[in-house]
Amino acid sequence: MSLRNFDTRAGLARLILMERIRAFEETARRAAVEEGLVLGAIHLSIGQEAVAVGLIESLRRDDYITSTHRGHGHTLAKGADPQAMMKELLGRAGGCCGGKGGSMHIADFGVGMLGANGVVSANITIAAGAAHGVKLLGGDQVVVCFFGDGAANRGPFLEGLNWAGVFDLPILFVCEDNRYSASTLTAAMTSGNVAGRARALGLRVTEIDGNDVEELAQVAAEITARIRETGQPEFLHALTYRLDGHTYFDPATYRPEGEAERMRAERDPIARQRELLFEAGLSVAELNTVREAARDEMAAALEAARAAPWPDEASVFDDVQDVGSPAMEAF
Amino acid sequence: MAVMSYADAAKLAVAEAMREDDRVWCVGEDLGRGGVFKQYTGLVEEFGPKRISDAPISEAAIMGAAFGAAMVGTRPIVEMRFADFALCATDELVNQIAKARFMFGGQSRAPMVIRKPMGMWRSSAAQHSQSLEGWYAHIPGLVVCCPATPQDNYAMMRAAIACDDPVVYLEHKNIWALEGEVDTSLRGEFGKARLRRSGGDVTIVSWSDTANVAEAAAGALADRGIAAEVIDLISLWPWDKRAVLDSVRKTGRLIVAHEAVAVGGFGAEVVATVAQSGARLSAPPVRLGAPRSLVSYAPNLEDKLRVTAAMIAEAADKMMEAEPA
Ligand SMILES: Cc1ncc(C[n+]2csc(CCOP(=O)(O)OP(=O)(O)O)c2C)c(N)n1
Ligand SMILES: [Mg+2]
Repeated sequence: MSLRNFDTRAGLARLILMERIRAFEETARRAAVEEGLVLGAIHLSIGQEAVAVGLIESLRRDDYITSTHRGHGHTLAKGADPQAMMKELLGRAGGCCGGKGGSMHIADFGVGMLGANGVVSANITIAAGAAHGVKLLGGDQVVVCFFGDGAANRGPFLEGLNWAGVFDLPILFVCEDNRYSASTLTAAMTSGNVAGRARALGLRVTEIDGNDVEELAQVAAEITARIRETGQPEFLHALTYRLDGHTYFDPATYRPEGEAERMRAERDPIARQRELLFEAGLSVAELNTVREAARDEMAAALEAARAAPWPDEASVFDDVQDVGSPAMEAF
Repeated sequence: MAVMSYADAAKLAVAEAMREDDRVWCVGEDLGRGGVFKQYTGLVEEFGPKRISDAPISEAAIMGAAFGAAMVGTRPIVEMRFADFALCATDELVNQIAKARFMFGGQSRAPMVIRKPMGMWRSSAAQHSQSLEGWYAHIPGLVVCCPATPQDNYAMMRAAIACDDPVVYLEHKNIWALEGEVDTSLRGEFGKARLRRSGGDVTIVSWSDTANVAEAAAGALADRGIAAEVIDLISLWPWDKRAVLDSVRKTGRLIVAHEAVAVGGFGAEVVATVAQSGARLSAPPVRLGAPRSLVSYAPNLEDKLRVTAAMIAEAADKMMEAEPA
């Protein structure tokens, strides 16, 4: 990204959101490692924040997204409340899913975030269906479906992309390619390549640097506007990198020595955005203020979550089903 | 009251619901030509191809996409063609649809009807004949319904479409052409059994086409002076425990008959519930289901897995004999 046409205000807003996502996840990781407050496995998107921020910026509040097990960034970027999210990670009352879902099922339907998913690839057909529903109901919303490179090796990838093409649905599929499927190098388990598969299914494909938030924001704005206009599905392949382990407790020793360090030094999207803003005239002190504010916000979210009670035990039978609800069964 | 087939009764229910509510739509393979069992014939002409939607042979996408469309406000009727093929969409049904409302803390609903034609249908062999209703009854979040008559296929389909929970709706392939009177003013109620025949000697609990077989068995038993009470559960989740327990308390004898494999079948749940209730039985309960084997193509082999009226009647006879004078 060059400084030509650089909109400092928009660039700063992007940095703020990326810093908030990173602060949320670093806070959650500390709460997991040091205090055992976060209960289950959490998958951090540290290093991948630019994809969520760049993509979701062009969406309206009533547009929809679906996400994966690595969904904190997407959820925050869509506008969810970090306190409700943190409570969810701690399994507390007031969590966005009432403490029933945790990190892997984080969702905020109020901002159009239709759910993270614990099953790799499963959100692809669901997202296509949300777009199908939009079309049936005559709406003009766009759906963005985030998934990882590994997800392209399951059947729903084929079925979901084909579905969107067959029914001309307003959806953008975003492959957030961090090169790894858990501990496996995805390329080693992938014949051909993901973008080529999308092309073969008749979708318009854009390939992009997933660590350049400015480029992502600009291209995403063009694509989502085009989808809203034409109602045709498109595909974006964003090449990025997971700076941390697969889960917060994964030391990621399977990666070549020095790879993560090099990527952190050279490609970290937040460091790049800070540099850009510095060149545009912001001071280091101003940039640090952004980071501190994000950390303070998430520290407060953690304090609120820590203080929140466990969910009411009676809620264990709520929201299973109306007909034949377990609450009506005698045990 | 009109006389119509089991297939047409469901079709009428679907058409009426679609006229009343624009959000209702159907999706599945070959629906534009009426569906493989003609249970959608004529609907595309009335409602158009968007609401009677063809689909690629992508069971996972049919189920998953219908779910996505349900989450944003439509009310899909999903056609799986054969219950056997629905297994290709098991993750979508079991891990996504059944769990979403709970997992997301009540933020979403999946008001869907998932039609899965089930059961043995002459010489369809092992991949087109299964009765897996017991699997779905095991999954929290799902409603499970197996109607056996045109009346119930009409009334339960209306109830299923109106329901805000996902309903696994298993129609039996053997009775698409079965005719009967249908009162279209009736709406079904999940968890309410139908008393197909009353009697004081033995309770026969069944569902789906086996309920029809049980009714035939009760007719034969009546000829020999045994009064069997036949309870058609219609829905397996929720199921009408009250009706079964009241009947067994009266008769003191229980037979559960179903087409599915007996091992781990829903009949076991019924028998266990009766046993746990403390109801006094004058003979050990009997569970009739398929042996734990596979459905064959050759008719004589296929028949080895069927629960027949003669088998049910024989079980009842034995129970009556066992009674101390
Ligand atoms: C169907 C399924 N298989 C396996 C897993 C276990 N699993 C969770 S995440 C993951 C790797 C996914 O890789 P990718 O899609 O690239 O996403 P990333 O973790 O890199 O964000 C695996 C194998 C799962 N959750 N679901
Ligand atoms: Mg990956």
